[in-house]
Amino acid sequence: MRVTVIDYKAGNLTSVLKALRHLGAEAVVTDGDLAPIEAAERLVLPGVGHFAATERLESTGLTPAIRAAIARGVPFLGICVGMQWLYAGSSEAPAQPGLAHFAESCARFSESSEKVPHVGWNSLEIRPNSRLLAGVEPGEYVYFTHSYKAPVTADTAATTFYIEPFAAAVERANVMGVQFHPEKSGATGLKILRNFLSWQAKGTE
Amino acid sequence: MITKRIIACLDVHDGRVVKGVQFVDLIDAGDPATQAARHAREGADEIVLLDITATHEGRQTLLDTVRRTARELFVPFCVGGGIRSAKDAAQVFEAGADKVSVNSAALAHPTLIDAIGRSFGAQAVVVAIDARRDPEAADPVRDAQVFVQGGRKPAGRRVVEWAREAEARGAGEILLTSMNCDGTRTGFDCELTAAVSESVSIPVIASGGAGTVGHFVDVFGRGKADAALAASIFHFGVSSARSLKEELAKAGVSVRLPC
Repeated sequence: MRVTVIDYKAGNLTSVLKALRHLGAEAVVTDGDLAPIEAAERLVLPGVGHFAATERLESTGLTPAIRAAIARGVPFLGICVGMQWLYAGSSEAPAQPGLAHFAESCARFSESSEKVPHVGWNSLEIRPNSRLLAGVEPGEYVYFTHSYKAPVTADTAATTFYIEPFAAAVERANVMGVQFHPEKSGATGLKILRNFLSWQAKGTE
Repeated sequence: MITKRIIACLDVHDGRVVKGVQFVDLIDAGDPATQAARHAREGADEIVLLDITATHEGRQTLLDTVRRTARELFVPFCVGGGIRSAKDAAQVFEAGADKVSVNSAALAHPTLIDAIGRSFGAQAVVVAIDARRDPEAADPVRDAQVFVQGGRKPAGRRVVEWAREAEARGAGEILLTSMNCDGTRTGFDCELTAAVSESVSIPVIASGGAGTVGHFVDVFGRGKADAALAASIFHFGVSSARSLKEELAKAGVSVRLPC
């Protein structure tokens, strides 16, 4: 299977590519070139670092191409900042809009005595019927590193608790996102990436 | 619930894992890729590879080692040793590291922390601090000094102050090694670890002195560490991360299990 990984210069893609290729995917990288997105069978938007980096998706004209691919039914997976970009925006960079596929916005963890960023392995509470998280047992651990998070809504596929409950995964039809790093989450993470790579629209499975 | 991380550390010299006491008397402890894979399989939450070769010829060997080690590793992987520029860091990331650890070069040129953080994100920058207490000092914890060059030379900085500056410049984590405790298996420096951990809001990884399960319980409790590094207790089959974590869970420490 072929998967197109979008490079918008937000961190390092090596680990994501390595994990996808380990699972047998033919992973290709595009950075600003629209043709590979228009032809994509599956799209992955990774991303670590600052939400402001997503500005490059707009300046290179990728945003409308991604929107069109999603509308065509192409399975899409956003990772970390790549997931947050699916929302309307983030208080990390208020001037920078997200895709607004999900109407809510991302915000920093509430003030507390706990450390921010949230770094380390934390457990997933999985909502029923998640296809992305099929076969993942409640309480399985995945690796997080982030200071901003998406709210828990009807589209939340899994929640994690740190200071407060937040969306560890989001899923609506072909559009999926994970706040954690599946490429760094051992066997559990690989299982989730495998689910994404084998995701088919209902009725075409 | 967030868990305390057990990080397996591989000190690497000329492409081989080595172990010494207080950075001298090195013993061969195997192939880095094989050792890293074994630790991940046996439940380590993260792997740190510290290159202590520090020669120019050693750089290419290191990149080959990182590439080989990263190939089948699907837990966070941090690489340190000899990273002097954002370009050095970029090569190590390209070879498959998720984080780099910087030490002497960051003390010499603190803007290195800002530069790597800007390009790769704060989560990718670990600032390693080699700390030594002088028992004669008025306040041995607050006055603990940073050392460079493998612990041979004082950097003229206080540990807690340098940790704060590193955070302000965009470090994502602090790796704090107690030179006094390193390799002795007599326990972590919990007082110093707690002092640093309470001074910053980024995670602190405690290192140096692990010998028993109780030492880990102490450093996660009293020492307020977010993660702990273990090297000597994992070598030569003494213990595994999984068995260590099972013991920690019995002692009430939140850890990733099963793993």
